[in-house]
Amino acid sequence: MRLLSISLFFLVGFFGYTQVTITGVISDEKGLPIRDAHVHIANKTTSTDAYGSYRLSGIPKGKQKLYISFIGYSVIEEIIEISNDLTINRLLKLDYTKLEEVTIQQHSNSKSESSDEHVLKRAALEKYSNQTLGEALKEVTGVSILKTGSTIVKPVINGLHSNRVPIINNNVRLEDQQWGAEHAPNFDINSAGKITVIKGASALQYGGDAIGGIVVIEPEIIKKDTLVGKTIFNAASNGMGGSLSSSIQKGNSLGWSWNALGTFKYLGDRETPDYVLSNSGNREQNFSGGIRFAQEKYNFNATYSFYNAQIGILKASHIGNITDLYNSINNQQPSVIDPFTYSIDAPKQEVQHHIGKINFQNWLNENTSIELQYAFQFNNRLEFDIRRSSANNDKAALDLQLATHTFLFDWKSVVGDWRFKSGINLGYQNNFANPKTGVRPLIPSYEKLDAGLYGITVYKLDNATSIESGIRYDFSTIEATKYYLKSRWVERGYDAEFSHFIVGEEGNQWLTKPTFNYHNFTANIGFKKQLHHEMEWLANISLASRNPNPSELFSDGLHHSTGQIELGDLRLEKEQAYKLNTTIKKDWKSFQVQLHPFVNRISNFMYLQPIGFETTIRGAFPVWEFKQTEAILTGFDANTIWAMSHHFLHELGIAYVNGQNLSTDEYLIDIPPFVINNKIQYKNETWFNFVSELKSELVFRQNQFPNYDFETNIIVNNALTPVLVAISSPPKSYHLLHFYSEMKFKIDKRNSVTTSFSIQNMLNTTYRDYLNRQRFFVDEMGRNFQIQLKFNY
Amino acid sequence: MKNLKLIALFVLPTLFSTSCSNDDAPVNEEEVITTVTTTLSGGGQIITLTSRDLDGDGPNAPVVTVSGNLVAGRSYSGSTTFLNELENPAEDITREVEEEGADHQVFYQLNTSIGTVTYADTDTNGRPIGLNFTLVAGTSGSTGTLTVTLRHLPNKTASGVSNGSITNAGGNTDAAVTFSLTVN
Repeated sequence: MRLLSISLFFLVGFFGYTQVTITGVISDEKGLPIRDAHVHIANKTTSTDAYGSYRLSGIPKGKQKLYISFIGYSVIEEIIEISNDLTINRLLKLDYTKLEEVTIQQHSNSKSESSDEHVLKRAALEKYSNQTLGEALKEVTGVSILKTGSTIVKPVINGLHSNRVPIINNNVRLEDQQWGAEHAPNFDINSAGKITVIKGASALQYGGDAIGGIVVIEPEIIKKDTLVGKTIFNAASNGMGGSLSSSIQKGNSLGWSWNALGTFKYLGDRETPDYVLSNSGNREQNFSGGIRFAQEKYNFNATYSFYNAQIGILKASHIGNITDLYNSINNQQPSVIDPFTYSIDAPKQEVQHHIGKINFQNWLNENTSIELQYAFQFNNRLEFDIRRSSANNDKAALDLQLATHTFLFDWKSVVGDWRFKSGINLGYQNNFANPKTGVRPLIPSYEKLDAGLYGITVYKLDNATSIESGIRYDFSTIEATKYYLKSRWVERGYDAEFSHFIVGEEGNQWLTKPTFNYHNFTANIGFKKQLHHEMEWLANISLASRNPNPSELFSDGLHHSTGQIELGDLRLEKEQAYKLNTTIKKDWKSFQVQLHPFVNRISNFMYLQPIGFETTIRGAFPVWEFKQTEAILTGFDANTIWAMSHHFLHELGIAYVNGQNLSTDEYLIDIPPFVINNKIQYKNETWFNFVSELKSELVFRQNQFPNYDFETNIIVNNALTPVLVAISSPPKSYHLLHFYSEMKFKIDKRNSVTTSFSIQNMLNTTYRDYLNRQRFFVDEMGRNFQIQLKFNY
Repeated sequence: MKNLKLIALFVLPTLFSTSCSNDDAPVNEEEVITTVTTTLSGGGQIITLTSRDLDGDGPNAPVVTVSGNLVAGRSYSGSTTFLNELENPAEDITREVEEEGADHQVFYQLNTSIGTVTYADTDTNGRPIGLNFTLVAGTSGSTGTLTVTLRHLPNKTASGVSNGSITNAGGNTDAAVTFSLTVN
């Protein structure tokens, strides 16, 4: 970015004034006044009027920061010495690269004016190059992770996950069968340039169903005419493998630009401090690439990405029946421990996700832009199980093929102090549950149509206050094609209510076509206020609405990978949430505090509850049923950052959630426990940009849990004996230490090498986590040494 | 650039119209065992123990029938069969278990007061499969249960497994049924 060199104005001061007034005119290079330019001096902000003039009073004397910006122009940032009333005139220079950036930001960065947004930048994300999206997001206070083993990781925002936390990847809502707790986001962390976490449903342009929050992933776009490359190599001791990710990008401010990225991951069995986690290896082969053509008034881009993963599922978690589950819980020792291997056997998952997208943006005039986008996604999920007949070992037990088409039209405009954003989206989704697996699929084939319409307004009340409000309407219709066992149809009590869904009969099964329509209105309103002394207050209240997903409606049968029978319910109604979010930020010179309390009242909250067992010819299996209740989640996240000296930095993060089931007066199941994170960082630029961090992660025992333990009969000493299956009680609290350090070596102006060394779980602590679905079977991963080499060229 | 817009307009509808064809055929469940039958014959008596679950993983529990009581001290020659009765004619899974005998074993769990079981068959490695066995009935007046378990890929060399102890067998459970027995 090139800044204009402008002479400074100094005037001799008078005695007696501690605060002064500053006036001036902001104009463009041709000398024409710029209206609505943002002027920020000390802690005061304002905008220029139609003549380009501004006036800021009450500015304290002394050295102050001056910041002037306007969409499409280079920013001016200076330190000025103020001793008296002053006139500061500035010329802003047009900046095409900036114009691009700002519009991209307008498009997806200013996701919500009144909600707290947490941004993870590329440097932070690169640390997780060898890991997953969920693990990277855990950096944000209030985000925890839901795991199945060590490699399947989902983000949990303020206690909620899966369909309640939509993931927007490069402006495309990820449709990757996110309903399942053991379905991790199909996304290569290396392709993210920046990730924003919004803890609420206020970003209505992406949908009205983000009851937990939203994760927005954006790629890195270079707007300079240059060709840059990057290669990251990782090696990890736990799993004895690593990853290699390489990208190349041809940037340009105008004209053609393109990028390509490839990632390979290869890891074998992970280990706890005491034993091998057999069959926990994973592989990934990912590619993404795009082209872009930009002109002053419009740009066009096309991207394609392919995610391809093979993930081993812990052998010991493949339970035969309730006896195995009971033994695992009581022995606290896995049933299978094999020597370390790289090979992945059944049970395993093979997942592929394709995204193709074309996008066109056009500026109709200085203040108005439109955007058109079409995206196609195809997700194929294969789950391989240990089959009864070895002839079927290479055949997937579950084969779901999900195709999603989405079309978006967005319009944005700025008129005076008002900003408007509006758009429509249309979507068609088709899920095909391949019947050739020889196993009844848990999720049926279905077709779904969606249409949405939204409008968002931001009004700048005064220099320090803006108000945001939005409204959205969504229509959705889903038709499934599903065979129900007649016995299940009766057991669920569907015969009276849903007999009109039956279209055929096949032996002991009904062929049904359940169809549901949903109309949802969602809205939000909030404000952002800049208070005195570097203090900011944001508050937002939102109404979000989420339709039951195919797994909640139609699940029916044994979930082979988890050894549990899962039952959906056709009677489930849409879930509606009122969330009140507020954030207070206060900056002192070297100390920052941020507080984020929230209340989320959810009507018809859907959750999976263990309700007992069903006996089959293979023995008894635990039954989990999708239920609906009135719920309230309350909690807070708190952060502090303390720059103790030029070299030392301390960060503290605290997160607490309380989940109440109001209908039964119990706690909600699977709510993340109380967490305290502390991090101390030492930095020294003179030693090749040396950075070293020690992080402490203290996770308390979740004492607020519902008791869903149930009794069953298992064989003890050759005779059937009633026992209590203690599936409810959470694991003990634990404390982990993590270490990270890096150094950067500049080879020349363009080329550099960054090396880093890190240790996760330094003390090799044995622990189990409440939000890991495999906590019944095994401990978490032990110590892991990791080295990373990063080449920028 | 106008051309691009035109192309986009033409491409969109064609993309929308392509989608997977939905197949309404029901899943042909290949791996189901619906029926486990253990037959005990000795002293002119034939006792049939059947556990039949025609809705597979559905909500209905298996229907268990036991045709008679054991006579104390009597030696029975026993055999167990596995069927998928959803197929017509019923698929006999016993043969598959026998052919892949090295990868399967049937376990019998019962108290000694009910009886003791000794294996009467072997796989290609000379280790028991458990489809055929001998049961010597226990003491008169006892009641209890017999649990029959078919394990796939058990660790046949683990301690006690070849003598019929399931504790160290590992592997996966393909069938596990329990019968109530009385010894007269």
